[in-house]
Amino acid sequence: MDKKKTVVEDIDRGLYDIKNKDRYRYKASKGLTPQIVLDISKEKNDPEWMREFRLRSLEIYNQTPMPTWGPSLHELDMDDIVTYVRPDTEMKGKWQEVPDDIKDTFERLGIPQAERESLAGVGAQYDSEVVYHSVKEELVKQGVVYTDMESALREYEPMIKEYFMKLVTPNDHKFVALHGAVWSGGSFVYVPPGVQVEIPLQSYFRLNSPGAGQFEHTLIIVDKGAKLHFIEGCSAPKYNVTNLHAGCVELYIKEDASLRYSTIENWSRNMLNLNTKRALVEKNGSIEWVSGSFGSKISMLYPRSILKGEGARADFNGVTFAAGGQVLDTGAAVIHAAPYTSSNINSRSISKGGGVAVYRGAVKVAANAHHCKSLVSCESLMLDDLSRSDTLPVIDIQNDEVDIGHEAKIGRISEEAIFYLMSRGISEQEAKAMIVRGFAEPIAKELPLEYAVEMNNLINIELEGTIG
Amino acid sequence: MAEKLLAIHGLHAAVEGKEILKGLNLEINKGEVHVIMGPNGSGKSTLVNLIMGHPKYEITAGSIAFEGEDITALKTYERARKGIFLSFQNPEEIPGITVENLLRTAKNAITGETIKIMAFKKELKQAMESLKIDNTYAARHVNVGFSGGEKKRNEILQMMMLNPQLAMLDETDSGLDIDAVRIVSSGVKHFKNEQNAILIITHNTKILEQLDVDYVHILMNGKILQTGDASLISQINENGFLHLGGDALDSGEVNTLHG
Repeated sequence: MDKKKTVVEDIDRGLYDIKNKDRYRYKASKGLTPQIVLDISKEKNDPEWMREFRLRSLEIYNQTPMPTWGPSLHELDMDDIVTYVRPDTEMKGKWQEVPDDIKDTFERLGIPQAERESLAGVGAQYDSEVVYHSVKEELVKQGVVYTDMESALREYEPMIKEYFMKLVTPNDHKFVALHGAVWSGGSFVYVPPGVQVEIPLQSYFRLNSPGAGQFEHTLIIVDKGAKLHFIEGCSAPKYNVTNLHAGCVELYIKEDASLRYSTIENWSRNMLNLNTKRALVEKNGSIEWVSGSFGSKISMLYPRSILKGEGARADFNGVTFAAGGQVLDTGAAVIHAAPYTSSNINSRSISKGGGVAVYRGAVKVAANAHHCKSLVSCESLMLDDLSRSDTLPVIDIQNDEVDIGHEAKIGRISEEAIFYLMSRGISEQEAKAMIVRGFAEPIAKELPLEYAVEMNNLINIELEGTIG
Repeated sequence: MAEKLLAIHGLHAAVEGKEILKGLNLEINKGEVHVIMGPNGSGKSTLVNLIMGHPKYEITAGSIAFEGEDITALKTYERARKGIFLSFQNPEEIPGITVENLLRTAKNAITGETIKIMAFKKELKQAMESLKIDNTYAARHVNVGFSGGEKKRNEILQMMMLNPQLAMLDETDSGLDIDAVRIVSSGVKHFKNEQNAILIITHNTKILEQLDVDYVHILMNGKILQTGDASLISQINENGFLHLGGDALDSGEVNTLHG
């Protein structure tokens, strides 16, 4: 066996890798120019202010340097990226009307089945636009809005104008500026005051077109005392050209409201995933992030919670699995901007076959934010000597009356534990898989069931062929 | 004529280049109970870990046969599937894997068939009751946060559930209070039948009180120095190992892995 081969070889991800014919009604030219941005804006029928916003964002993009920290992005050449691919179908409210090959893709991913069994609403995005959206009637009656961003911009324009890219602004970094210029697709959710959405909503993002970018925008407003669980899933088939994902998620959690935001990201290994997620939490509100990062070639993802009101809370549970050829630079940030706020960050990362998993996180406590609590725990497991794990936490505290804890553990899989399991008749591969699953279990149990199963399957797939 | 289960001949073994077993012979037949005693560092734990196939130990000469088949090239899990079991002196903690999950996975692997969940749960409940293990432990992670005594009882639970042909107990009684030793001992007695065999390493004799011991071996300096019947135990208890004339003192630090 040529050992090097397993380092560069991609795994067979089965159904995730099924490619459809590239179908589109409109596809932007490669690259990024004001004309391309104007074309996208025209194709999308933007209002005037949005067109201006796009052009301004493009200017900022051009003026902003590439990040000087984190994984190298030298492979990214915007001249090769197609920023907008509209599938040749309108958005459908009925599943039967979605074109067959697109429908089959989502069927294989289990989306319609999940909608029937365990979801209150579903959105399905294919390349740059949402092809299907539906939400249960009783939620609509309670005033819950769940729709694609393009429709939202038409039907709820004042609200979109008030909130869109106000929490994450084009000035924040180069790739949100890019997002501001070429964004399309994504979901909009509004939950009115006091409404408790007990069953989750789920949006699934599928990027089929080779060499394309996906720039969906997710905007969620959970109004006073309301409650929501939102699930986001992402995948793409493998191509030999670089694909780019630079999505943006803005979450507004009002007083006493709570939001749970779960993500399983399983992009293919040619994807650069440069995603920005942020939550603004008002008094006594809470945000819970649950995040599984498995795919992509490079990921930079650090969901940020800004605890703006007294008593606001943030929880982050994340698991990252980096195999050969992957650099997954993930973490979480919390800004304690008010007194009596609390946060809890729990991160697990696994690396194997030369993969690199980095935890990069920040906890900041403002001068006025007395009586804050924060606990950060990150653990890393390296499955072999080729792999790498780093922990880069930043803690910045501006006042004394705080309770801050941080623990980090980096370790290898225990040979004695493998021997122990093998002495009970369990094969070496299964023993390793059990230990890895056990390591990820505290996070896996927070994921929606079908995603927890998917994560375990991914761990099993990843560990096949690692023995001997 | 008793059926031969384990046959070890002329076994030499080393860990990290240091020779620990120096020509050891041992035969165990079905239906027998063997006890190995010896000073710390004489190679007792090395022997049972070697039979189980621990990758740290290297066989430099000799053979280990199980039911007539040389098993020295077999992997640990293949030995376990043939019916060899080790109750560890220091059982590993395994976060994220529950006792029940471990046992079900192990039982499926050893029997080669998928056992029925309800029947399995019933069997597990009974075995736990007989060892006086609280039933909430089935859902706890293997040995994580267990006391020393709980870890040892968990080992005996696994032995009962997996029903091996050869059970090796490496100081299972150490760290147990008198009541716990009695519980474990009756578990072992209950397990014992004419088709299986037990190899017990102990410094203590309480665990042996309910068992009919067939052979007692004194292991010193990497060899079996003396073999006798159960009466040898009381001799050792009275006089220690030194009078047996072995080079006990200079072997004190040989086995650094398993005290």
